[in-house]
Amino acid sequence: MKPAPFDYHAPRQLEEAAELLASLPNAKILAGGQSLVPMMNFRYVIVDHLVDLGGVDDLRGIAVGDGWLRIGAMMRQRDLEVSPEIAKHCPLMAEALRHVGHRQTRNRGTIGGSLAHADPAAELPAVCAAYDAVVHLASIRGIRSVPFGEFSAGYMATVLAPDEMIAAIELPIWRLGHGHGFHEFARRRGDFALAGAAALLDVGAGGVVRRAALALFGVAAQPLRLDAAEATLTGKVPDAASIHSAAAAAWLVEPISDIHASGDYRRHLAQVLSARALADAARRAGVEV
Amino acid sequence: MSKQATRVTVNGKPHARVVDARLTLADFLRHELGLTGTHLGCEHGVCGACTVLVDGRSTRACLMFAVQANGCEVTTVEGLTPDSGLSVLQQAFVDNHGLQCGFCTPGMLVTLTELLRDNADPSELEVREALTGNLCRCTGYAGIVAAALDAAQRLRNGSGS
Repeated sequence: MKPAPFDYHAPRQLEEAAELLASLPNAKILAGGQSLVPMMNFRYVIVDHLVDLGGVDDLRGIAVGDGWLRIGAMMRQRDLEVSPEIAKHCPLMAEALRHVGHRQTRNRGTIGGSLAHADPAAELPAVCAAYDAVVHLASIRGIRSVPFGEFSAGYMATVLAPDEMIAAIELPIWRLGHGHGFHEFARRRGDFALAGAAALLDVGAGGVVRRAALALFGVAAQPLRLDAAEATLTGKVPDAASIHSAAAAAWLVEPISDIHASGDYRRHLAQVLSARALADAARRAGVEV
Repeated sequence: MSKQATRVTVNGKPHARVVDARLTLADFLRHELGLTGTHLGCEHGVCGACTVLVDGRSTRACLMFAVQANGCEVTTVEGLTPDSGLSVLQQAFVDNHGLQCGFCTPGMLVTLTELLRDNADPSELEVREALTGNLCRCTGYAGIVAAALDAAQRLRNGSGS
């Protein structure tokens, strides 16, 4: 249960980090280490070089602009959980973070690390999917920006090149007063969820849904947006029946079966949790359902 | 560069060592500094026995390398303990049967120290939620939760006893 030997690098500047990643063979980025270090302790992962981004100030901070929120990749999950900016502009993320691991792991774990690790049952990728986030990737070639829908490359894989790092995550801000809902089912608090749902509803005059987003996680290799559910709700006043029929779109997903749960059970959970998340979002947007 | 210098202040005392980069903070505390109060149960971030405070924040010492703690202030269970006797929280564990074998206790105490610092009057639910990252195989948690609530009340009363 001890990691294999490696060389440790602690760059202070983004450019320095990019240079190290471009030049070092078999290097891996150390962000919060809450997924990587267990894998290193088990020797599932053996690296020659570890590039610790903990000292790179450019990768921290939260900035709010006109219609967008930008989060540095090395922001700790706990800092986001208690951030007034996140609570105001991105309440879905604040709620989701309470389900991420435990306080001790959120104190170290980062948003960039969570996205790069890309566990199918992770909460933060689902939030990014719901918000149509853009991921900014940095390397010696400069910055490239990838819409979150194109960021995944399958099970626990992303389009990150070996010498690239996530620099920041940009979320389009929904109108103040939009509703959010987040539900997951895990056997124990802090465990990886068997399935979960993240919902956003923007409700306009007369309670009519102007915009809807529903993302599922834990049911496929990457977070899934349920376009059919979003279309069912948009343009109408949500009620129990329309939420039930929107959530029924989750019956179409074909989740993985494994030792933790069968695909059928996950599909059932996805439907139930979608309905709960949408109902919470509607209520928080001011519509009683 | 697999050996690296690190300077860590532990329980108020500065330490400078040259260590293997792969040495975890937990092994650094136990083997380099002899602070064996920090226990190692699973070594992959599940059991919480190795929880310490790093710059005041509860952290799994098995999931952090000693070189990452360079420049940090670390508090272990030894640092929570007064020179003589027990802290309010420790005494509450004794009084409420908050421990049996004692293996998980250092992590429990560190986690609850952070909770009670940030929240002087936690509900039972908040205590239980704070403890989700710490496994105990003896007590069934009831005694630990009672100890936490008891300690919170004693601290609020300022009696310390």
